[in-house]
Amino acid sequence: MGGRAFAIVALMLVVAVLVVSSVLDNQYFYFAGYVVLQYVVLATAWNILGGYTGYVNFGTPAFFALGAYTAVVLIQSLTAPLPIQLVAGAIVSGLLGLALGYLTLRLRGVFFSIATLALAVVLQTMFVNWDYTGGARGITLARPATAPLFDSYVQFLFVVMLGLAVLAVATAWWIERSWIGRGLAAIRDNEEAAECMGVPTLRLKLVATTVSGALMGLAGAPFPYYVTFVEPTSVFDLNYAVNSLAMPMIGGSTTWIGPVIGAVLLGTAQQIATVTISSALNLLLVGLILVAFVILAPEGIVGLVQRLARRSRA
Amino acid sequence: MSAETLLEVQGVTKRFGGFQALGAVDLRVRQGERFGLIGPNGSGKTTLINCISGTLRADAGRIVFAGHDITALPAYRRTRLGISRTFQIPKPFVSMTVLQNLLIPVEYAGRRHGGAMLDEAMGILELMGLATKARVSSAALTQIEMRKLELARAMAARPRLLVSDEAMAGLSSTEVDDILTILFELNKRGITIIMIEHIMRAVMRFSERIAVLDAGEKIAEGRPDEILADALVEKAYLGE
Repeated sequence: MGGRAFAIVALMLVVAVLVVSSVLDNQYFYFAGYVVLQYVVLATAWNILGGYTGYVNFGTPAFFALGAYTAVVLIQSLTAPLPIQLVAGAIVSGLLGLALGYLTLRLRGVFFSIATLALAVVLQTMFVNWDYTGGARGITLARPATAPLFDSYVQFLFVVMLGLAVLAVATAWWIERSWIGRGLAAIRDNEEAAECMGVPTLRLKLVATTVSGALMGLAGAPFPYYVTFVEPTSVFDLNYAVNSLAMPMIGGSTTWIGPVIGAVLLGTAQQIATVTISSALNLLLVGLILVAFVILAPEGIVGLVQRLARRSRA
Repeated sequence: MSAETLLEVQGVTKRFGGFQALGAVDLRVRQGERFGLIGPNGSGKTTLINCISGTLRADAGRIVFAGHDITALPAYRRTRLGISRTFQIPKPFVSMTVLQNLLIPVEYAGRRHGGAMLDEAMGILELMGLATKARVSSAALTQIEMRKLELARAMAARPRLLVSDEAMAGLSSTEVDDILTILFELNKRGITIIMIEHIMRAVMRFSERIAVLDAGEKIAEGRPDEILADALVEKAYLGE
């Protein structure tokens, strides 16, 4: 898909979402839609490292939470406006990604994954013990009552998250088509061969960990204003690690559209299940679907569609 | 003996824990030369190649390539300077087609972009006899095709020095001739070649000079006929 086609599709989706949301006069729609869009960002961010580069990251909560806590600190100290929170959250989590990349350069495969898991645990422990951001008890924040041009602040946050989702997907789309994406794919397939073919593997991996981390931080930054209450157990939730990994796996991890499909399907299913059955069922649901996909369609929905298309042509 | 030196290995040492894999090896390969590297299994041939290509760092010693001291350079920089290698066990990029496999070194080491990339890659596939496989997934290749892809990919980096690490292992004798023809052709185009090989018939025919490694030491160096007559080499291969 060319650049113009991508832009048109993205624009149409955005307009559709906005039209539907303006017709629907239900605050819950924004609340649930925000979560789904947040997962579009997280899944897309995860996929830049996990899908394109082949490094499985279990530390999504660390990057997400760091983005959220960066916003908390900015709100507490300066009552900084949302755009500043977003930029700062992205920068801080991006730096964490860069640091993770440097520290785990020599780790490959499962050892890298274990290190990312440890990162989330270490960071959570840190925030549990930091009183300024509420410690283990959490912190309640007052969000602005209204936003100009919007009926409510939640509606405004929904549109902000929609913008972030477009930004994240556009970034992934660009990387996939650029020399960076081709180099990352070579690393995923065989890192030693890639290095010997002239690919600066170290530098490209750092680009991937940094961009992936920054986008996750970006997803976390509006979270404090969204829920108005931040505590370590909610922002370091296992859900973020499992979902951001499962969504690209289910959608298809080699293209930008895969995580989007996975996030929209799984995210929506979870929101419906939360309302109709119970919120505890979410992880079970994800687990079952993931197992089914790993067995039946290991290349995700995108791979499945491609395989069927090839068969019908043949 | 007047041709200029392309690669100079000076006292390169490598140990893995308590095991001395290479003990101060010296090697000098001239521009345009066909150089053979032989030795029994475990004699350090691949370790030496890894030190030259940058996959491993030497513990001591110096490696000079075309006037540059490359001892401390990462592998990808060495590739860009003109050292290209194949792997003993082929390592194709399995999610890519044959053509896409070539585009990686063309883009990253050859530093070409756009339409020129495709022309370059197709030209190499033509030369290797892989042109009809350009759109095929690299995971679906036969053993000989996989070996040719390794060579094609190494070529796509536009090397001045090509290191072929057992490119013929496990191939039939007509297939060995096939690969030899390709290597002779590449050499004719001015590429210096280091061949590591167990198939003596191939090394002896191909090489102008041969070095023999045994237990991490260079025990002999010379023309193929000199090597065949060397008592130490015979001992290394056949025992006392």
